[in-house]
Amino acid sequence: MRAAEVVRRPTPWLIAAAVLAFALLPLQGNDVGLREDLLLAAVYIILATNLNLMIGYAGYVNFGNIVFFGLGGYVCVWLVNAHAWPLFAAALLAGAVVSVLALCFGFGILRLRGAYFALATIGVNEGVKAFVANFSPWGGSTGIYLSITAYQPLGGPASALWTIYFLLVAVMALSLALSYAVKNSKFGLGLRAIGQNEDAALVLGVPTRRYKAMAYSASAFLPAMAGALFFFKSAFIQPDDAYDLVLSTEAIVAVMLGGQGTIVGPLLGAFLYEELRGTLLTTKAFSNFQLVIAGLLLLVIVQFVPGGLMGWVHRRWPRTKRILE
Amino acid sequence: MKKLQLLVVAFLCVFASAHVYAAEDTLTIGFTVSQTGPLNLDSIAQLHGFEMWRDDVNAAGGIKAGDKHYKVRFVTYDDQSQPGRVQQLYTRLIAEDKAQFLFSPYSSGLVATATVISEQYGKLMMSIGGAEPQTYRLGNKGLFQTYTPADHYLSGALELVKSKNPTAKIALVYSDDPFSKAVAIATREQSKQLGLSLVLDESYPPNQTDFSAIINKIVSSGADTLLGGGHYPDGATLARQLHDQKANLKWVTLLVAPDSPQFASLGAAAQGISVPSQWAPQVTYKPDFGPTPAEFTKRFQARFNIAPGYHAAGGYGGGLLFQRAIEQSGSIDPAKVAAELDKMNATTLWGATKFSTDPKSHGLQLAHQMVLTQWQMKNGQLVKEVIWPLAAATAPVAYPYH
Amino acid sequence: MFGILASIVDGVLVGAVYGLAAMGLTLIWGVMNVINLTHGAMIVAGMFGLFYLTTLGIPAYAALAPVLAGGFAIGIAVYWISVHRVIGRPPLMSLLSTFAMNMVLIGLGTAVWGTALFNVPVALPGITLRGYTFTGTHLMAAVLTASIAGALYLFLYRMRLGKAIRAVASNREAAELNGIPTTQVLALTFALGVALASISGALIATLFPFTVLSGTAYQLKSFVVTVLGGLGNPAGALLGGIALGLLEGLITPFMPVSWTTVIEFVVFVIVLIAFPRGLFAFVRHARTR
Repeated sequence: MRAAEVVRRPTPWLIAAAVLAFALLPLQGNDVGLREDLLLAAVYIILATNLNLMIGYAGYVNFGNIVFFGLGGYVCVWLVNAHAWPLFAAALLAGAVVSVLALCFGFGILRLRGAYFALATIGVNEGVKAFVANFSPWGGSTGIYLSITAYQPLGGPASALWTIYFLLVAVMALSLALSYAVKNSKFGLGLRAIGQNEDAALVLGVPTRRYKAMAYSASAFLPAMAGALFFFKSAFIQPDDAYDLVLSTEAIVAVMLGGQGTIVGPLLGAFLYEELRGTLLTTKAFSNFQLVIAGLLLLVIVQFVPGGLMGWVHRRWPRTKRILE
Repeated sequence: MKKLQLLVVAFLCVFASAHVYAAEDTLTIGFTVSQTGPLNLDSIAQLHGFEMWRDDVNAAGGIKAGDKHYKVRFVTYDDQSQPGRVQQLYTRLIAEDKAQFLFSPYSSGLVATATVISEQYGKLMMSIGGAEPQTYRLGNKGLFQTYTPADHYLSGALELVKSKNPTAKIALVYSDDPFSKAVAIATREQSKQLGLSLVLDESYPPNQTDFSAIINKIVSSGADTLLGGGHYPDGATLARQLHDQKANLKWVTLLVAPDSPQFASLGAAAQGISVPSQWAPQVTYKPDFGPTPAEFTKRFQARFNIAPGYHAAGGYGGGLLFQRAIEQSGSIDPAKVAAELDKMNATTLWGATKFSTDPKSHGLQLAHQMVLTQWQMKNGQLVKEVIWPLAAATAPVAYPYH
Repeated sequence: MFGILASIVDGVLVGAVYGLAAMGLTLIWGVMNVINLTHGAMIVAGMFGLFYLTTLGIPAYAALAPVLAGGFAIGIAVYWISVHRVIGRPPLMSLLSTFAMNMVLIGLGTAVWGTALFNVPVALPGITLRGYTFTGTHLMAAVLTASIAGALYLFLYRMRLGKAIRAVASNREAAELNGIPTTQVLALTFALGVALASISGALIATLFPFTVLSGTAYQLKSFVVTVLGGLGNPAGALLGGIALGLLEGLITPFMPVSWTTVIEFVVFVIVLIAFPRGLFAFVRHARTR
C-alpha cells in the first residue's frame, strides 16, 4: 500500500483521531483518574486488536492469548528488577522474545484445527502459568515486586506513570496500524483465505503453515510489550494475574462484540467493554456481574449477530464498509 | 397563599442555616476489603475492628486535630481478594474519591500491591494485616506496619516444641503465598539454630483442596510435628483432612486459620491445633490510651455476637494509633502525621508498637509481640487458650496435641 | 516404598472420578461435535446440589440420584439455550456459545455464593495400612464411578435409546432417515453428558471442599483426560482418568506437589499434537497391525 492510498482512506484517520484523543484528553487538567481509565481501555484495545489477527483474519480462536501478555510482563519486570535494565529496552526485548517463542510454539500447535487449537492454547497458557509458579528465579508463585526506586530513571513515580501511559498509547497505535497494514496486504488476504477455507487455500497455493505461524507470532509482539509496560507500572507481577484466563476471554468478547475481522470493531468493542467493566467494578450490587454481562453479550452475539457491532453496521449501511473498516 | 410561601421559604432558610452551622469537617480514609474471595473471613473481621473504631471516634466527637474536630468517613470497595483489583481500586480511591489517608487491605500479598499505589501517589497508609517484611524493604516513605513481621510467627511454636521434644522431626508444609513463604524462610533458619531437624519442607498452591498426597508425604517422612498452613480456606481444609487421614503427629501449629472463631466448627479436627496469634482476648496489656483488651472484647462481642480474633483487634488498634498520631501532631497534614508515627512508642489494647525509621525498612514493626494459642476442650466446648509465652499463658500446653 | 504405593492407589481412586467427569464431556463431543465449555459449571452445579441436599438432611450418597436427575434437567435447558442453534455451524461458534453460557453461569454463581469454600462432611471409615489411610470417601467414590460407568455402557450398547444415540453420532442424516428424532436425541445426549458431569461433581464434593470456581480446574482436567482417552470414547475417558490419576500419584512422592499441574499440561499439549485420537486409540491401533 502506498502512502498516498493510505492517506486517502478514512480508516487511518479514524485511528489517528482515536490515538490523539487518548493522548491529549487526560493531559487536560492533569486528570489522573481519566488517565488510569484510558490506560486500561488501551490495554484491552491492544489485546483485542492483536487477537483479531488470529480470530478475525485466520479464523483461529486463541483462547490462551493472554500468555503473551503475561510472558512479556515477566521478561520485562525480571530484567528491570534483577538486571537493572531501562524500561524501554526491557519492553522491546520482552516483545521480541515472546514473539520468537510464539513462532516456535506456533509451528507445533498450529497443526491443530478449530476446537483442538483453541484447547491447545488454553493448555499452553495454563502450562506456562503452572511452570512460572514453580520457577524461583521469577519469584515462583509469589512473583516479583519492584522497588519504588525502579521509577527513578524515569524521573520518579508521578512522571513515570505519564511516560508509561504514553508508551502504551503508542503500542495501541502500532496495534491498530498493524491490523490495518495486515488487512490490506497479500499476507492478510492469505490469512483470510485460510479463515474461510483452509484446505482450499492450501490447494490454491497459500503457504498456510508459514502464514499461520507468522500471524501467531505477530499477534504476540505488541501484547507482550503491553504486558511489559503494564506490569512495570503495577510494580509487581505474579502468575495468577499475568496469565489470567478471565482477561484472555474478555479480549475474545471484545473482538466478537466489536466485530471480528474488522479494524474498528475490536477498537470499539474493547473500549465499550472496558467502560462497562469499569462501571460494574465499583457498583456494589454488580461488582460480580461483569462475567454475567460479558457472557450474555457473547451468547447473544454468537447466536444472533456473529458479525458483532461492525458486522451489524456494515449490513445495515453497506456504504460504511469502505469508511469504517 | 403568599403567606404560606413565605413560611415555607423561611423554614427552608432556617433549616439550611442550621445545616450550615452543623457542617462538620470530615476525614476520608480509603481502603479495600475482601468482601468476597478466600480472604474474606479475616478481612471482614478486620473491617469490623475498623468500624468499631470509627464509631467510637465519631461518637466522641471526631478526631481532634488542633482546634478542629474531624469525623471519620470510610470509602471502601470490595477487592475480591485479588491483587489486580486492589491496584485499580486504590488508584480510584486516591484519584476520584480523594481519600486523604489510606488503610491497607488485609493480607501481605494485597498490602504489597496497595503499597505500590500509595507510594506512587505519595500517600500515607496504615498497614494492618500485612506481616510479610519484604514490603517494607522496598523503599517506602508513608507505610506503617502494625502487625509483628512474619519472621516471628513460628518462633514461639519452635521454642515450645524444643522444650517438649528436643529431638522432634518437623514437617514444614506451607501455602505458596508471600506471607507463608516469609514465615517458612524464617522457620528454616530458626529450627536450624535450635537444633531441630526438618524432615519435610514443601509448599502447596494456595487454592489446594486435595491434601492427601502431601499428608502421605508427611507420614512417609516420619515427622511428628507439623508447622505451616497459609490462610483460612487451605488451613481449615488441611486440618480437616489431617484428621481424616490420621497422620501420626504429636504437634500441629497452623498459620492464621485456627485463629478464626469459625475454626471451632471443625469439631474434633480442630482440637489441639495451635496458632500463632498477633493478639488474643485474654492478653493483659495496659494501654496508654484507648480501651483495655477486656473492654474491647466485651463491646465487640456485644456488637458482633462473636469473640474478636486478632484481625479485629488489629483493625481497632491500627485506627487508634492513627488517631493518636493526628492528635499529637495537631493537624491532618500527612507529613506531620507521618512524623508523629515515626516517633510513636505506645501501648494500646493491641500491645506495644514502634515503627522502624530506618529508610531501608521504613515502617517495619519493631515492638509488637506474638502469642501462641491452642484450641482446647473446656467443659465440653472448644475454646482458645493462650499457651505461650509461659508468662502470658492462661492454660497448660496440651502435648501431644490430641 | 509403601508410601509410593499408597500415593499411586490414592491417585487411581481420584483419577477414576476425573474419568467420570470426562465421560460426559467426551460423550457430547463424540456425538455432536460440540465441546461443552459449560462442563466446569455443571460440575460445580453437582457440587452445590449435593451440598444443599445434605443440609436438608439427606445422606450424601442417597442425594446422588436427585443430583443426577437435576443435572439432566439443567442439561436440557442449557442445550436449548446455547447449543441448539449452533450445531452444524463452524465449531468456533459452538465453542464460543457454550463458553459464553459458562461465563453467565459462573458469574451468577459468584454473585450468589461469592468464592467462599463449601464443604460436605461425609464420615465414612477408611482403611489404614501401615500408617497410611485410604479414606472411606475415596474408596466409595471409586466404587460408585465404576458402577455408573458400567451403567452407561449397558445403556449405550444394550438399550434402544443408547443405540439411537450411537446411530446419530455415526451419521445424523442416516439416523434421521431411519426415523430417529435426531434433535431430541441430541438434546438427550447433551443432558446425559451434563448429568454425568454433575454427578461427578457431587462425588468430588464428598472428597474435597469446593468453591464456585472449582469447576474450572476440573474442566481443565477433563480436557486432559478426554484428549488422553480419545474423543467420543467414554471407556477411553475412564481409562484416561485413571491414567491421569496414576500419573499424579507417581509424581507427587518425588516432586513438590506444585509441579503436577505443569506436567499435566505438558502431557496435554503433547498428546493433542502427537496423538489426536488419544493415547488408547493409538495403542489399540498399533496392536491391530
